[in-house]
Amino acid sequence: MHSSWWLNALIVWPFVAAGLIAVLRVSSVKFLAVAFAAIEAAIAVLVWCGYRGNLAVSGTGGADYVSHTWWARSLGLAHSVGVDGISLLMVVLTAIVALLALAGTTAAHHERSYSAWLLILVGASMGAFVTRDLMEFFLFFELTLIPSYFLISRWGGKDATRAALKFFIYTLFGSGFLLVGAIYLAVRHYDQTGILSFDYAALHGTVITTAASVWVMVGFLIAFGVKSPLWPLHTWSPLAYAEAPTAGSMMLSAILAKLGTYGLLRFGVLMLPGAVPHVAPYVLTLAVVGILYGSALAAVSKDLKRLVAYSSLAQVGFIMLGLFSQSATAISGSVLLMFNHGVITAAFFLLIGGLEKRRGTSLISDLRGLQGPAPVLAGIFTVVMLASIGVPGLSGFISEYLVLAGTFATHPWWSVVATTGVIFAALYLLWAYQRVFHGLAEGENAQITDATTAEKIALAPLIALIVVLGIYPQVALSRASHSVNSQAPATWVTDSTGQVK
Amino acid sequence: MIHAPSIHYLTILPELIFLGASFALLLAAGLNRKVLSATTGAVLTTVAGIATLVVNFFQWHDVSTHGATVTIAKAVIQDGFSVVATGVIAVGSMLSAWVMRDYLARDRHRATEFFVLALSAAAGAILMVQANDLIVVFLGLEILSLGLYVLVGFDRRRSGSNEAALKYFLLGGFASALFIYGAALLYGATGTTSLTGISYFLSANAVLRPGLLAAGAILLLVALAFKVAAAPFHMWSPDTYEGAPTPVTGFMAAIVKVGALAVLLRLFLMSLPTQTDLWHPVLYVIVIATLVVGSLVGLVQRNIKRLLAYSSINHAGFILLGLFAGGARGVQGSLYYLMTYVPVVIATFAIVTVVGGRGDTNHDLTAYRGLARRQPVLGGTLALLLLVQAGAPFTTGFFAKLSVITAAVSDGGVVVSVIAMAAAAAAGYYYLRTVLSLFAADDPFGEPVAVPVGSASVIALGASSAVIFGVWTGPLVALAHHATLLLP
Repeated sequence: MHSSWWLNALIVWPFVAAGLIAVLRVSSVKFLAVAFAAIEAAIAVLVWCGYRGNLAVSGTGGADYVSHTWWARSLGLAHSVGVDGISLLMVVLTAIVALLALAGTTAAHHERSYSAWLLILVGASMGAFVTRDLMEFFLFFELTLIPSYFLISRWGGKDATRAALKFFIYTLFGSGFLLVGAIYLAVRHYDQTGILSFDYAALHGTVITTAASVWVMVGFLIAFGVKSPLWPLHTWSPLAYAEAPTAGSMMLSAILAKLGTYGLLRFGVLMLPGAVPHVAPYVLTLAVVGILYGSALAAVSKDLKRLVAYSSLAQVGFIMLGLFSQSATAISGSVLLMFNHGVITAAFFLLIGGLEKRRGTSLISDLRGLQGPAPVLAGIFTVVMLASIGVPGLSGFISEYLVLAGTFATHPWWSVVATTGVIFAALYLLWAYQRVFHGLAEGENAQITDATTAEKIALAPLIALIVVLGIYPQVALSRASHSVNSQAPATWVTDSTGQVK
Repeated sequence: MIHAPSIHYLTILPELIFLGASFALLLAAGLNRKVLSATTGAVLTTVAGIATLVVNFFQWHDVSTHGATVTIAKAVIQDGFSVVATGVIAVGSMLSAWVMRDYLARDRHRATEFFVLALSAAAGAILMVQANDLIVVFLGLEILSLGLYVLVGFDRRRSGSNEAALKYFLLGGFASALFIYGAALLYGATGTTSLTGISYFLSANAVLRPGLLAAGAILLLVALAFKVAAAPFHMWSPDTYEGAPTPVTGFMAAIVKVGALAVLLRLFLMSLPTQTDLWHPVLYVIVIATLVVGSLVGLVQRNIKRLLAYSSINHAGFILLGLFAGGARGVQGSLYYLMTYVPVVIATFAIVTVVGGRGDTNHDLTAYRGLARRQPVLGGTLALLLLVQAGAPFTTGFFAKLSVITAAVSDGGVVVSVIAMAAAAAAGYYYLRTVLSLFAADDPFGEPVAVPVGSASVIALGASSAVIFGVWTGPLVALAHHATLLLP
C-alpha cells in the first residue's frame, strides 16, 4: 500500500463518517461523532509520526507521502497529495480542533446533521491542506463554504443568516480571483510545456513576467485575504465569528482562516517569490494596520466573541507580516503562529461558549467576578490569555518573536510598529479579564458552575499544547522551518549568525 | 435533368427518428377514436430518444474511423460535435417528456399534440446541430421555434401562457427575419450559403463587399443571440419563461441553447474565422452584458421562474464565453457546459413543475420557504441543483465553469474571465438565498406537494448526474474533448 493512502484516508474518512452518522440510528450521536473524529485525529498523529521530511527527495521541499494521479487530463485535473512540514502542522491542528469542537460543544438541535456538517467541514479542510494541486486545493477551499454556511446559518445566533450569507458571498467573490489566477498560471505552463497541470511543482517552475506574477499575486491576496482575513477584507469576520455556534467559530478562526494564510504561503509566497518584493510594502502595511485596528477594536468590544474575533484579526496581521517579510525565519514563525493561534483561539471560543451556555450571554458588561464561583475556568482562561498576549514560556511568545525578529532584519519599521500590537494585546485581554473575572460576583454571576469534567477533558490537550510548544517549540518548528528553508529563495534564508546562506 | 443528391442515411437518422415519432403520434391520435394518454407520448419520446442514442453510438464509431461526413449536397454534416450534441438533445427530450407527462396528467390536459410538438421541436434542434448550410440552419430553427411557440401558449386557460406565447412568437419571428436577412447578405458577399463554402471562399478570395459581409455576420449573431436569450436581446425570456407551462420552460432552456450554440459555433469559428476582428468585439459586448444582466437582475426577482430565467441568461453568458474564447478548448468548454447543464436545468424545472401545483401558478419564491423542512428529499435535491448551477465544487457545475474559464483565460483575455467570475459570485448570491429560504423554519404554506414517479426519476437522474460526473469527471470531459477533436 502506497504511503499516500494515509493522506487519502485523512480526506475520505470524515466524509464516510458524516455519511455513517446520517444513516446510523444510534442513541448517542455525540459519542459516535467524537469517536469518528478521534479516529481522524489518530490517523493525523500517525501521519505526523511517520513523516520523513528530512529523508524526502530534494526538490519536493521536504514533502512526504507524495502521489499524483490524473483525474481529467484534458482539463488538467489531478489528485495530487503530499505533506511537507507546513501542511503537517495544519493537518494535526485540523484534526485536534475538530475533535475538541465535537467533544466540547453540543448542538442545540438537530445533533445528527450538525455533527455530519462538522465532519464534512473537517474532510474538506483536510483535503485543502494535504493536496499539492492548486485546482484541487481550490475545490476543497470552495467546498468548505457549504458546510460552514449551513453550520453558521442553522445553529448560529439571532443574526446568523445574514452572517452566513455575508461570509459566503465575500469568500465566493474572492475565490473568483484565485480561480482566474490559477488558470492563468496553468495556461502559461501549458504554453511552455504542452501539459495542462495545476500541480504545485509544475506551476512553481513556470516562467512568467514579473508584472504577470504580481497580478496573479494580487488576485491570490484578494482571495486568501478575504478568508484569512486581511484588513480591509475582514468585514465579514466579526459578525460571522460572533454569530456562529461555538464549534463553528472554532473551525472558522482556528482552521478556515488558516486555509487563507496557508494558501497564501504555499501558492503565493513560495510559488511566486518574484512577486513578493513588489507587493511586500503594501501587504506589510495592511498587516500592520490590521494589527493596530484589530487591537483597537478588540479593546472597545462589548462582547467577548467579538473581542476574540478582532484579536484574531490582529494575530492574522502578525502572520501576514511574517509571510511577506522575505525572511525564512519570519515565515517559519508565521507557520508556527498559524498553529499556535489555531490552538489558542479554539480554546478561547470553547471557554466563551461555555460561559455563554451558563449565563446566556457573552456581553462583557453582563459578566463580573466569575473567578469566585469558577476558579478553574478562570485559571484556564488565564493561561490561554497569557499565551495569546505572548508571555514567554507559553506558545504565543516564540512564534511572535520569530515573526517580529525575522521581519526586523528585512523591514525594520514595520516590525517596530507591529511590536506595539503585542502591548495592545496585553492591554485589551487583561482589561477584559479584569472586567469578567475580577470583582464580586452577584446574582446570576455568583451561581455559575465551574468547569465540568467534559470541559476539562476538552481543554486539557489545548493547554498541554500551549505549554509544550512554549517550552519546546522545536518539535513543531523544526519541521516547519526545514520545509520553509528548502522552498524559499536562498536569499531569504539566513543561518544562525544572521548571514545569508 | 435534376440529379438527386446522395444521402448518407446514418447521418440524418436522428432527425428521421424524431420527426417519424412525431408524425406517428399525430397519425395515431388522428386514427384513434379515444384521446391517447400522455403516457403514450412520453413512452414514444423515450423510445425515440433511446433509438437516437443507439444511432449516436454508431455515428460516433463512423466519425472516429472515417472522419466527418458531409451529405445531401453538403447541407448536412456529421462530426464528433454533432453526434454529442444530438445525444444531449435526445437525453433532454427524454427527461422533459416525463415531466410533461406528469404535468399534463395533473392539470387534466387532453393533449397528444403536446408530444407531437415537442418531438418535432427536438428534431428541429437536431437539424440545427447538424446543419452545414444557412438554409438548413433556418429550416431547423423554424421547425424548433414553431413547435415551441405553440407549446409556450399551450395552457390556453391561463392568460400568462397566451401572453408569453405571443411575446415569444413576435420576437422569435423578428429574430428569424433577422436571420434570413443576414443569411441573404452573407450570400451576397460570398456567393454561397454553405458554411464550409463560406469559409473556403473567404480564405481564397478578397472580400469585395466587406459591408455586406459585416452586416450579414452581425445580423446572424444578433438573431442567434435572440434565441439563446443573450443580453441585450433577452427581454422576452423572463416573461416567456414565467408564462410558459413549466415543463416547456425547462425543455426550452435546455435544447434551444444546444441548437443555437451549435450554429453559432459552426458559423463563427468555422465559417468566419478569417473575420474574427469583425465579430469578436460585438460578441465581447454580448458576453459581458449577458453575464452581468443574468447575475445582477436575477438578484431582485420574486418569482422562481423569472429567477431561473435570469439564471439561464447567466449560463448562456458562460456558454458564449467558450465561443468567445474559441479554439479547441473553447468549443470543448461550451460543449461540456451544455452536456452537464441540460439534465440539471430540466431537473430543476421538474421540481418547479411539481411545486407549482394544479394550474401551474404557485411560483412565488415564498412557496419555497421551508420546503426542505416539509419535504427533506425534494427540498434537499432542489438545494443541490441550485448549488450545482452556482458552480459548487465536486459537481459538474463547477467543472463546466472551469472549462470555459480555462478557455477564456487561455484565449479570450483575463478581464472577461474576472468579470465572469464576479458574475458567478453575484449569481451565487441569489442561488444561495433561495437555498437558504428552502431551509427556513417558518413555512407559511404547510401543504406537502405530491411528486409523481416520472418527475421524481427525472429529478433524481438530473441531480445524480451532477454529483456522479462531478466526482468521476474523466468520462464526460474526455467525451467533450474527443468530440472537439473530431470536428472537420
